[in-house]
Amino acid sequence: MSTSKRFSWFYFSSPQTFYPLAGRLQPWFAALAVLLCAAGLYISFFVAPTDAQQGEAYRIIFIHVPAAWMSMFIYLVMGFWCGVGLVFNTRLSSMWATALAPTGALFTFIALWTGALWGKPTWGTWWVWDARLTSELILLFLYIGFMALQAAIDDQRRADKAGAVLALVGVINIPIIYFSVQWWSTLHQGASVSMKSAPSMAATMLIGMLIMALGFWMYSIAAALARVRCVILERERHTEWVMAEMGERT
Amino acid sequence: MNWQSWQEFLTMGGYGLYVWGSYVVTLVILAAEIVALVMRRRGVIASLTKYYAARRRNHEAKA
Repeated sequence: MSTSKRFSWFYFSSPQTFYPLAGRLQPWFAALAVLLCAAGLYISFFVAPTDAQQGEAYRIIFIHVPAAWMSMFIYLVMGFWCGVGLVFNTRLSSMWATALAPTGALFTFIALWTGALWGKPTWGTWWVWDARLTSELILLFLYIGFMALQAAIDDQRRADKAGAVLALVGVINIPIIYFSVQWWSTLHQGASVSMKSAPSMAATMLIGMLIMALGFWMYSIAAALARVRCVILERERHTEWVMAEMGERT
Repeated sequence: MNWQSWQEFLTMGGYGLYVWGSYVVTLVILAAEIVALVMRRRGVIASLTKYYAARRRNHEAKA
């Protein structure tokens, strides 16, 4: 432990210093999530016009696309913390990975569920073994596998290591999901938003989708912060600072 | 404004089941996660309080 008082980027990498910071930040992200989702929902239903081809069914994409983005992005962040945890053996990184997985799994499920409900009226089927759909389903299994593996091993350090290896191997699935619509042109259409060309959708639709995505982003951060605080308390229960936090004299 | 009446808003041009099926399930999932997080925090605090109390009794018994 360093005794110097000067600012360090590693200052908040200790569970003890991060726990109160997470507690202070969490309500702000939660409030932002509520505001952004409310604005996003308003645009989705009252500002964005009816789609010429899909009618009102297209309004599902305002949650489908942001949820699908989050499902992939959370996995990347989780993979990053797993890698950091494996290399540097830092406790907080493994706690982050554990805290992110359930939220990522939920967004993956939402992406699949809303995709099915969008697919039925527009494609005529709830599900096909299309490259994008199949790889997104594999992502759900990766999240569930990660959580199950971590829960199945009693020794916390070994559980973290095993989970991290599984998560890191699974990262290969993310580019497969993302580029699946280009590599295999099965059924799912290409990206509606691209860095290279103008978006293939009306401006209000795009803005609604981006605001919903930001709202989901803030929600995920708020949920992960709340969960990482629980994980920190559980795993650090033998430390004096947690005892002090719980009002226990040592 | 897209909707002339509540009826129109709810039927979503014939796609009501799909659109509301998506939004309601998403809302239920996120609400359930929030409830689960609140309950988990309460559960952690309760179990730690019990754990420390048991440990303290153990220490006192030894002393």
